[in-house]
Amino acid sequence: MSHPTSNVAPLSADSPASQRERFVSAFGWMLLARTFEDKIAALYRAGKIVGGVYLGRGQEAFSAALGMQLNQAQGDIFSGLIRDQAGRMAFGELLIDSARTYLGSVEGPMRGRDGNIHRGRPRQGMPAMISHLGAMVSVVNGMLIAKRFRGERDVVGGATIGDGGTSTGAFHEGLNQAAIEKLPLVIAVADNQFAYSTPTSQQYACADLADRAIGYGIRGYSIDGTDLETCLETFSEAIARARSGEGPQLVVGKLLRLAGHGEHDDARYIPADMREKPYGADCVPMAQHRILEENWMSEDEIEEQVRITQDRVEEAVAKAQSEPDPNPFRESWHALATKHLAEGTIAMD
Amino acid sequence: MAITYLDAIREAQARALEEDESVYIYGQDVAGFGGAFKATKGLAERFPGRVIDAPISEDAIVGSAIGAAIEGMRPIVEMQFADFSSIAFNQIVNQAATHFWRTGVSCPITIRLPSGGTEGSGPFHSQSLESIYAHYPGLIVMTPATVEDAYGMMLEAIRIDDPVIFCEHKLLYYHLKADALPKTILPVGKARIARAGRHATVVACSAMVHEALRAARELAEEGWEIEVVDLRSVKPIDTDTILASVARTGRLLAVGEGFPWGGMTSEIVSRVAAEGFHLLDAPPQRLNSKDTPIPYHPNLWRAHRPTWQSISAAARNLIRL
Repeated sequence: MSHPTSNVAPLSADSPASQRERFVSAFGWMLLARTFEDKIAALYRAGKIVGGVYLGRGQEAFSAALGMQLNQAQGDIFSGLIRDQAGRMAFGELLIDSARTYLGSVEGPMRGRDGNIHRGRPRQGMPAMISHLGAMVSVVNGMLIAKRFRGERDVVGGATIGDGGTSTGAFHEGLNQAAIEKLPLVIAVADNQFAYSTPTSQQYACADLADRAIGYGIRGYSIDGTDLETCLETFSEAIARARSGEGPQLVVGKLLRLAGHGEHDDARYIPADMREKPYGADCVPMAQHRILEENWMSEDEIEEQVRITQDRVEEAVAKAQSEPDPNPFRESWHALATKHLAEGTIAMD
Repeated sequence: MAITYLDAIREAQARALEEDESVYIYGQDVAGFGGAFKATKGLAERFPGRVIDAPISEDAIVGSAIGAAIEGMRPIVEMQFADFSSIAFNQIVNQAATHFWRTGVSCPITIRLPSGGTEGSGPFHSQSLESIYAHYPGLIVMTPATVEDAYGMMLEAIRIDDPVIFCEHKLLYYHLKADALPKTILPVGKARIARAGRHATVVACSAMVHEALRAARELAEEGWEIEVVDLRSVKPIDTDTILASVARTGRLLAVGEGFPWGGMTSEIVSRVAAEGFHLLDAPPQRLNSKDTPIPYHPNLWRAHRPTWQSISAAARNLIRL
């Protein structure tokens, strides 16, 4: 039985066995992300998490398919945004780091200074997003430029965004820059029908966001973002093309955000009939259905995996909750690496 | 051979490129063309592949520099004019400035801002933005007023592990000259007494230091000795040197080329009032540009910004208070 572990090597699906293994492995990441986010949402409703909780519900297949097929150990980069719990973990983010950042543990990468989805370990190919959409595209470009300066070949940077984020100037500047510099960048656009409450009709006027690729002089893909096999195939090709020097790849996945913008949002503005559309399908049960249909796993095996996944999530959350919170009296309160140039430094320790 | 302020900035960049292979330059027209002001002239030929022309995308220019810095490079970004850094504002203040504090990974980028007013430059090629950037935690803001500091502080800016906003004044580019490049300079964060005096202290930075020095020469003929403090860096600001000067003179005039609401001069007055109230013999004064966009016509522009004449007048008033 497949069980998600960090740093899985990307699998090519050139044989039936590897196709099965890749699919089942991706399903494992999707299941872990869904289980973890359900837990985080419950903690939020119980008042145990401050700020906001933003879920990737409905986007797990699209996100995991990119994150899983990048290779962290080889120097690849994955820049996830707010709906990329699946992709982040599939790339290499530890479950415990996700839990720590939501709960503000000092053991986490952000140490309570930043929280929830604003997290990363930049030196491990995981830049920490800021809230301003589009801004991470050029940051990934710069990381790739640095690797090119150092002569590191064969690396790929993955960056994700939504339909709303494509409307920003930063997104345009970043994508154009990547195209000019022919950077090995794969941009995954989750066209999830709503940016907060704004429908795509008020976000863009082109027939398909993938058509914009023509204007940048790059390759575009328009796919069903709810179908895991399609997502795996497409990102496999896009990553391979970027790695072989063909420049940026723009992958647009049509899907539906199966949640509010955040857990504070009941999303009543989403018309009920959208869920009945093909893009309104839930990728997690769809993938599970396929696994059973292909007889890649039995019902019992899936049940066992669900149970193990729930245990892992409970364990990670319990550990993060047991770790120390940040202490304002131990905080350095200076924002510079060059400590002697920091103003207003008060030594507390 | 005389070396200009602009030569000093170019030579410092050349030396950094020579000494550290993680340094590269990125900006509009910086490669073969050598930059709008020729601050990178000849560098693309000397350092192939390390001086790169950018599209007109200030956000992506700074964003990519941040990404490269995270990966261990030391990019120098040339903004064509300080004014255009507003397009990169988000990347500078939200990404670069917060990065070390949030993640523990430093972000050593140097952003060169050709700053300040010149005749005929108008509202969008004249701005002084040191106060805006100094407001944000996580940034260092340098404002060199001399050829020596232009060179030495440029080298320091590149070496420092934090994002540095390097405000270089366009009015000083060609006219300010020195005989040689300095071997050493004062440490970053230390202000300099540009002229000693005992009747009043004028604190300034960048081109305003030279206006203040001329005002001081003018007032010396009237028998008043004005002490001029060159801040050198706006952040960190050397409060100790300012207070020590006010202790000697008892009077303070803070001069800035930026807009009058808030900012560097307010910060200086506020610190002196809070920490050196007992040193003051008169209410501390500020002199800034006017609270309008920066005008095009020289008649209006000269009246808009502080000049040696308006500094002289303000200093005379201060001494009479």
